[in-house]
Amino acid sequence: MKLNRRAFIGTGAAAAAALQAPNVWGAAHGRPKVVVIGGGAGGATVARYLAKDSKGEIDVTLVEPTRQYYTCFFSNLYIGGFRDLSSIAHSYGTLASEYGINVVHDWATGIDRDAKTVTLAGGAVLPYDKLVLSPGIDFVDGAVPGWDLNAQNKMPHAYKAGSQTELLKAQLESMPEGGRFAMVAPPNPYRCPPGPYERVSMVAHLLSQINPTAKILVVDPKEKFSKQALFEEGWNRHYAGMVERIGPDFGGDKVEVDPGAMTVTVDGVVEKVDVCNVIPAQKAGRICEIAGINDGNWAPVDGHSMVSRMDANIHVLGDATNQGDMPKSGFSANSQAKVAAMAIRGELTGSKVFPAKFSNTCWSLIDTDDGVKVGASYQATDEKIAKVDGFISQTGEDAALRKATYEESLGWYAGITADMFG
Amino acid sequence: MKIGVLSVAAGFLLAAAHWVGYAAADEIGDAESGEKIFRKCASCHQVGKGAEHRIGPHLNGIFGRKAGTVDGYERYSEGLVRAGNDGLVWSLEKLHAYLENPKYLVSGTRMNFAGLKDQQDRADVLAYLRRFSDNPANIPEAQPTAVAPEVELSPEILALVGDPEYGEYLASECTTCHQRDGSDQGIPSITGWPEEDFVIALHAYKRKIRPHPVMQAYAGRLTEEEIAALAAYFAGL
Ligand SMILES: Cc1cc2nc3c(=O)[nH]c(=O)nc-3n(C[C@H](O)[C@H](O)[C@H](O)COP(=O)(O)OP(=O)(O)OC[C@H]3O[C@@H](n4cnc5c(N)ncnc54)[C@H](O)[C@@H]3O)c2cc1C
Ligand code: HEC
Repeated sequence: MKLNRRAFIGTGAAAAAALQAPNVWGAAHGRPKVVVIGGGAGGATVARYLAKDSKGEIDVTLVEPTRQYYTCFFSNLYIGGFRDLSSIAHSYGTLASEYGINVVHDWATGIDRDAKTVTLAGGAVLPYDKLVLSPGIDFVDGAVPGWDLNAQNKMPHAYKAGSQTELLKAQLESMPEGGRFAMVAPPNPYRCPPGPYERVSMVAHLLSQINPTAKILVVDPKEKFSKQALFEEGWNRHYAGMVERIGPDFGGDKVEVDPGAMTVTVDGVVEKVDVCNVIPAQKAGRICEIAGINDGNWAPVDGHSMVSRMDANIHVLGDATNQGDMPKSGFSANSQAKVAAMAIRGELTGSKVFPAKFSNTCWSLIDTDDGVKVGASYQATDEKIAKVDGFISQTGEDAALRKATYEESLGWYAGITADMFG
Repeated sequence: MKIGVLSVAAGFLLAAAHWVGYAAADEIGDAESGEKIFRKCASCHQVGKGAEHRIGPHLNGIFGRKAGTVDGYERYSEGLVRAGNDGLVWSLEKLHAYLENPKYLVSGTRMNFAGLKDQQDRADVLAYLRRFSDNPANIPEAQPTAVAPEVELSPEILALVGDPEYGEYLASECTTCHQRDGSDQGIPSITGWPEEDFVIALHAYKRKIRPHPVMQAYAGRLTEEEIAALAAYFAGL
């Protein structure tokens, strides 16, 4: 062990180098081209790392329809009144000006895997050597009977941040005194496992200030949820009597909505509500289906490099993937993006490739200065990305620790957004 | 036969009672010798009846207390207070680690003290200090039987030369939270540290001597080379 400690790095790198594709792009080919679809947690990070670390050797194009990306992370804090909307908005200016990334504001609508081209809604056709897809999620049609995308203004999902989040907050603020807010929570797997429950906490925080007799109903198809003991302890402590949750044992999995009548029907019982947040079942962003790289609702990938199991020239990141044990989070997508950037650079420019390491931490805010977290580290196996070691906040922690945990989340937000957008 | 068995069992019980009993408290070290060693601390710390804060806080009741929380002492470093919030409680084990090398437990600690390298010296001074804490029998974490860790890193580990290129890749995992430009908002800055301090800190997380679950999980799976590579990379930022 001690003898070859140093040798290990050398051999590891050599072995990895031997594994990678032999053909490093020559000058004749011009600069190798990488097209990234989706400028969120996964896509912005991979574009930035590719451009930064290849020092101009790779031509990086980022395709993203919106000019302002609103992070879903901390969007619940906006609902609770802890952040303003502009503080969660980010633009792509630095990625273009400092990193030389070609940022194209358009939708990708077609992918030709044989010709290796991407077609955009505006008609442009982009050739690629490597394609990265990080399109986030879309909703499964018909997942909540009575709800479809046309109903999203009456019953917002607010599960893609921005105008939807703003709308949900406005509806909560104009709710009648003593009114009722309902959330239809999603089945597994979905983006951000603690997200719906952090949202319940933040809605409760808002309502306890402006409408203290209001009530919250959570209709949930899942028996258990992320950080459940921590959330339930917090709801009892801070918002006693405000939150009611109906799990599958009482019909939480048999739910229908009527956006016109503003009703939620749970196992046949009709409940009239004032504001309704429907978070439907989810699937990989539609472009993955169009590319034909899904197996079921998600795109399977090999955790060693995040390469699609369907196409060796396509890497997939973040929420859209089926990778193993990592939760669908911004932290995970950012972590996966760095592994993919390293693997792609290795293939295109012959740079060193190291063993993949992943990590994730999800912080949630329950009330002012009452933060909790859950997280783990992961490594790639041939079969999946496997959890190595994990941790979670404990019930009954003292106020100083909870405050420190919340402050940590502020540091993380500053860190990850700088890591994505430069 | 039967009698023989009984007497063995009784003997065992007696030994066990002795083991957890008060008499065992002496095993932690020699308090008389510790009183002399405490002179090295006395320029900064007082202990005993009427002890007051000096350069450092008084050390009455230190066993079993959360780090950085003695009433009335206002000059704690940010690092020690953070360690306390992260869950650092002064058990025998943690005190051994802190006295062996204060930086091992707390980067940026204001305790400007090279450390007591001799295990027996530490044991003795801690035996002396424990006279001024509550009855140790009431403090499970202060049990004299707790094994004192050997925290000092071997010269080979400290001499490992890290590969900054590997460090750069590994560092991408850190920069999700720790900002590369060194700014510090709720999460400490880790840029521009002396390499050795960096290595010491990560090993202390890896061995779970430092508290903080996130750092324990991440450092726990880093190899010695990987820690050296990270130190080399961050030192160069
Ligand atoms: C309420 C809430 C709270 C959350 N809190 C946290 C948290 O605290 N911590 C955390 O780590 N995660 C959190 N998340 C999860 C996190 O937001 C997602 O996991 C993360 O954004 C996933 O990154 P991604 O790159 O896969 O997708 P996204 O970040 O959603 O990015 C996808 C991008 O692709 C673009 N796109 C989609 N289709 C196309 C196309 N055809 N052509 C071009 N562009 C396209 C979209 O416009 C979008 O900008 C939260 C999520 C929610 C909803
Ligand atoms: C040069 C001055 C100095 C010397 C010598 C010194 N200390 Fe300290 N000590 C400090 C300071 C200052 C602190 C507060 C550290 C901080 O806030 O980071 C401290 C903190 C401590 C703490 C933690 C207190 C708490 O409340 O968490 C302990 C325990 C301790 N010292 C023990 C000792 C012992 C035992 C010795 C002798 C072997 C010693 N110190 C020598 C200055 C000193």
